[in-house]
Amino acid sequence: MSEATGVSGGPPAAADRPRTRPEAIKAVPLRHVWRWISAVVVLALAAALVGTIVTAPNLRWDVVGQYIFGGLILQGALLTVELTVIAMAIGIVLGVVLAVMRLSPNPVVSSVSWFYIWFFRGTPVLVQVFFWYNLNAVLPHIGIGLPFTSIGVQASTNSLISPLLAVILGLGLNEAAYMAEIVRAGIISVEHGQTEAAMALGMRRLQVMRRIVLPQAMRVIIPPTGNETISMLKTTSLAFIAAVPELFTRAEQIASSNFDIIELLIVASIWYLFMTSILTIGQYYIERHYARGSQRALPPTPLQRFRRMLFTFHAPPPIVEGVEAPASLQHGGGR
Amino acid sequence: MVKAEGVHKRFGRLEVLRGIDLEVAPREVVCIIGPSGGGKSTFLRCINHLEKIDAGRLSVDGELVGYRQQGDKLYELPDSEVCTKRSEIGMVFQRFNLFPHMTALENVVEAPLRVKRQPKAEVIPRARTLLERVGLSDKIDAYPNQLSGGQQQRVAIARALAMQPKLMLFDEPTSALDPELVGEVLDVMRGLAEDGMTMVVVTHEMGFAREVANRAVFMDGGVVVEEGEPRAFFASPQHARTKQFLSKIL
Repeated sequence: MSEATGVSGGPPAAADRPRTRPEAIKAVPLRHVWRWISAVVVLALAAALVGTIVTAPNLRWDVVGQYIFGGLILQGALLTVELTVIAMAIGIVLGVVLAVMRLSPNPVVSSVSWFYIWFFRGTPVLVQVFFWYNLNAVLPHIGIGLPFTSIGVQASTNSLISPLLAVILGLGLNEAAYMAEIVRAGIISVEHGQTEAAMALGMRRLQVMRRIVLPQAMRVIIPPTGNETISMLKTTSLAFIAAVPELFTRAEQIASSNFDIIELLIVASIWYLFMTSILTIGQYYIERHYARGSQRALPPTPLQRFRRMLFTFHAPPPIVEGVEAPASLQHGGGR
Repeated sequence: MVKAEGVHKRFGRLEVLRGIDLEVAPREVVCIIGPSGGGKSTFLRCINHLEKIDAGRLSVDGELVGYRQQGDKLYELPDSEVCTKRSEIGMVFQRFNLFPHMTALENVVEAPLRVKRQPKAEVIPRARTLLERVGLSDKIDAYPNQLSGGQQQRVAIARALAMQPKLMLFDEPTSALDPELVGEVLDVMRGLAEDGMTMVVVTHEMGFAREVANRAVFMDGGVVVEEGEPRAFFASPQHARTKQFLSKIL
């Protein structure tokens, strides 16, 4: 390698020659026979399944219809959403803190995080919810003050931890342990050179984390977090044991008075499915947002993809005249 | 500007630096060459305390790197002071290490805004000027993955310059580039040298070392084997190891 030769000149002369575009390819498209056969089989099976359920002799669909938009069920669904949001908020915030603590060079701080995760991930969430709900059995009073003195404030556990709070604590604190591991995986996935470059600019450890590492870790963190949120939406049904009237508790309460157990389970399930579907869509758009800077073109939205799928099902993609690669692609050498 | 006396560094049982003695004067451009594994990059990283040294003394601008001396005793500096000192030294990496979630402009303004807490109204025009200076005024809003390697490295140089450093460290800045993109980066570095920036450059670009550097340093086995005025150094190396190395690459 010799010395610098300055910025290389324009494109070679060959590129300047006028180009005649060859005729577009016209070929008989490949027949996708198996796509059609499999579609027919799947449709037939689905129809049979739906038919069986719909025409089940003892399933009263009128009851399902009667309760699906019932006031109590709607209130329950709303509380389910609230519980999910609050528990996930606790889980995410505490999880990020725990993950950063876990990676701290301070051995005390990282041990505390390790111990937290070990404990909360190692016991069933049902037990934890039960524990908070029954805390007054072992600790009738909770207070803050100097240990071994009478200085401080106290309150009765029952008045401090309502059933709702018990459920929120149980779900949120448990979730934090899982989120901590998800966030930690995301942080580790960011190339070390990023941290080094930021440190070389004089950024402090927490600045590096917040401004450089975490935004890049988001791409790895979000898919499992969406998964956790969907999981949490359903786990809130554990509030049943504390008689907190969320969706499942409401459905159960109604069923125990009119004995339409399956019908109300269907009602609850329809709502759970509806809400998880919304979350799935939301997750998709958040992922798309954080793909910024990592992909040249953003991935298509579900609607665009659906249209494209319909289109390619029976025909090859159309040849669009005059479409040039984006400038970034033409530039070459970029990574 | 930089003064190293008997600098030692080991990674586990591997002793990478075994007594580096080197001085860099203000406004001087020093090119460090030598075989891989010879400790060149490690030494560079020690200068801004990305690595801790095990023995010897290393100082920048008259102040010890990472420590404070009082009488005979050394005190480790707290993180905050290490960060402040790092912010005065620019570093350019082999693999660019631009922040991929930020545009070119955001990459450049990040540290002046967050570390030096300078006002936006001052930082942004300066960043634009810097990007213009490295020939990228049309790529201000591009993300790193929309840029070629040479363009990315030039943004990285602008990012380092935005902190108005008193010393610039280059760790093989052109080694990850396609051959035809090397020139544009070296041109920017040459311009910097002409403006009087103090630079320590680890490089395999012998042509650059010969033309731009005030001094060439050959490092191997964790020590400085030979140093000298570049033209004489390349024309008639004194040490057998230097001759052997240069004969292979020139």
